Amino acid sequence: MTTPPSRAEVRAPRRWGRPSAVAGSRAAPYLYLLPALVVYGAFMLYPLGRTISYSFYEWSGFGAATFVGLDNYTSLLGDRAFLAAIWHALVLIVFYSLLPLAVGLVLAAVLRRGQVRGLGIYRALIFLPQVIALVVVAVAWRQIYAPTGGLNSLLGLFGIDSDIGWLGSADFALSAVGVIGFWLETGLVMLLLLAGMTRIPGELYEAARLDGAGPVREFFAVTLPSVRGEIATALVLTIIAALKTFDLVYMTTRGGPGTATTVPAFEVFNRAFNHKQIGSAAAVAVVLTVLVFIINVFVSRVGEERRPR
Amino acid sequence: MKSRPTSSLRALGGALLVSALALTACAPGSGTPSEEPTSGETITDVTTDIESLGDVELVVWDQEVRGSQNDALEALNAAFEDKYPNVTINRTSQANEDLQQQIALALGGDDVPDVVQVNNARGDMGQYVAAGQLADLTPYADAYGWTDRFPDSVLGKVRYSADGTTFGEGNLYGLPQTGEIVGIFYSQSKLDELGLEAPTTWDEYHAALDAALEAGELPMVLGNIDQWPALHVFGPLQANHVPADDIVALGMGNAGASWLDEGNVAAMEQFATWGAEGYFGSSPNGTDYDAAWADFTTGTGVFLPAGNWLGADMEAVMGEDLRFMAPPPGLDGQVATTGGTGIPFSVPANADNVAVAAAYIDFITTEEAMEIIAENGGMPVLNTADLAPESGVQNDIYTAFSTVSEEGTLLPYLDYATPTFADTAGQGLQEALDGQRTPEEVLQAFEDDYAAFTG
Repeated sequence: MTTPPSRAEVRAPRRWGRPSAVAGSRAAPYLYLLPALVVYGAFMLYPLGRTISYSFYEWSGFGAATFVGLDNYTSLLGDRAFLAAIWHALVLIVFYSLLPLAVGLVLAAVLRRGQVRGLGIYRALIFLPQVIALVVVAVAWRQIYAPTGGLNSLLGLFGIDSDIGWLGSADFALSAVGVIGFWLETGLVMLLLLAGMTRIPGELYEAARLDGAGPVREFFAVTLPSVRGEIATALVLTIIAALKTFDLVYMTTRGGPGTATTVPAFEVFNRAFNHKQIGSAAAVAVVLTVLVFIINVFVSRVGEERRPR
Repeated sequence: MKSRPTSSLRALGGALLVSALALTACAPGSGTPSEEPTSGETITDVTTDIESLGDVELVVWDQEVRGSQNDALEALNAAFEDKYPNVTINRTSQANEDLQQQIALALGGDDVPDVVQVNNARGDMGQYVAAGQLADLTPYADAYGWTDRFPDSVLGKVRYSADGTTFGEGNLYGLPQTGEIVGIFYSQSKLDELGLEAPTTWDEYHAALDAALEAGELPMVLGNIDQWPALHVFGPLQANHVPADDIVALGMGNAGASWLDEGNVAAMEQFATWGAEGYFGSSPNGTDYDAAWADFTTGTGVFLPAGNWLGADMEAVMGEDLRFMAPPPGLDGQVATTGGTGIPFSVPANADNVAVAAAYIDFITTEEAMEIIAENGGMPVLNTADLAPESGVQNDIYTAFSTVSEEGTLLPYLDYATPTFADTAGQGLQEALDGQRTPEEVLQAFEDDYAAFTG
């Protein structure tokens, strides 16, 4: 039989015991979010909006700008350099994403089985490329690919006499850049998958083995389905890396020979800072963003859809 | 309950994005302070009396980071501060590529340096002139007598019309300290081995290249992975096939010439032939520029077509064996080769101290300044022949520069032509070298770029 206390009674002695009007209101969750939202808005949404608005103008980065509507976008459709760049980015997905996934799966499965001595060392070595600054990576690989560089010397050991400058060959340059990407991303993919695999309960493997499954069968029946989520994550990360590749190309080939290795992010930089076509650069950036978004929505949908739960 | 916060969060995100868009909907550039071209206005209060201006901080952005250039500018800065104790120089020095990209961002704002080194090219100086972001120094040129000090061929490389459409005449937007010339380095001992003399005509040059190729030597060294080095090979070659005036028009992006004429086709075909038949080795496009000239110093290759800036470093290794020549006389018997000026020193239109900046630019380009530059190993743009070292490759270089700049034609770097020409030419020459595209296709791309710009 309690009588409801009057407002004053509650407020005075138990100041911290009950939410204030502000804290209790519907706006409260958003107030908690506010600091993060302000930062996110200022450093993500505002630049994004600004980029979109730039893409409707013809502007050299200074002086007056002319509104041109969608012209920057429509002119991209017939733009040899842009279309080449998009195609190159798609090719790089094979090297940055699909190949590392295939190799990373095998490596992780082998390492998980745990019969390898010095497991930690192998893990660290394979992950090492991720740790090295990209500029250093690029300089090192430039030397490897030089006409008198490491790759040709290696081929010489096998009796193949080659003096190709790999990064300067129209046929090989894109693959050569792709191989660097493969070397970079494999470690990351492997580590992600390994983390997923170590969480698979041992009973599952035991059960599989009792049913007479060999290592290969075990891999496809137990391991692969269990790391579906990790595979999706790895794909998302590496596909983004492939599509936004800039530093590697900038440091190794500058898009050459000719336009053999241009990529969208390099086009953005080149148009904005060298050609001083800010509008066109912004349009490429927007298209790239949309492309990244679409591909990754697709990948994560596929990855999560039939997740066993 | 789970869906409500998510959907309202989405709505919130959407609202934020919309408001970000609304915030940014104004035209880019409309907030910048100098929308009206200011360089068109003549500077009226020209003053050369710097002491009367009180304490001044002069902000200088330069790209003289390499050893010898840095030493020369440091000495000149100190001397300037000694001369005008009321001036303090605040110097920021960085690699040219970084500097040029920063300028594009900085000139749009209010907080600009007083003196800055701006590349002569259309894509750089030309665009800033058109946007009214550089001060026209013509009144100071009159006050300090710069037109008497510099030959017209040099000043032409820093002149634009006020609206930026014509390059080579009009207002003055800066002054250079040093000269640059692209020619041909060679190793004397290598020529002796092959029983050759330094070529004096293009026919002799071609014969020497053939002899080198037959003897199993690399005829010409080219490290073209960065695309631009090929321009320094093609430029001199072009002068053998195309009249100098036409090359100047093409290179400065002025109307009246064409990339599709016979001469240019012949030059590009020759260049492609050199590439296809191994005159640059197996893979010029896959070779580093620095690695290429470093290999040349240790005995790879007979000729190295390149700019004079490599002279000092290569001489340190090769000594007297290293020689330099301007390309043989071109089409009309005149020596013409790619070259020009070091990056000129300019003054932003919004600079706080235009008068002091002009005095500074005057000071670092006097005859005494040229001597200091020469003493420190740079090649001064003025009095070059007088200041030449007595022997060695630098003597060859200084002599070649003074011959070309005084008797022949210093052809502009081809990438001066249009804002996008560095890419067009760099990519095109790579494609011609390895046969990705035919000489005609490459020239068509050049012509498209040039014609689109000149209208």
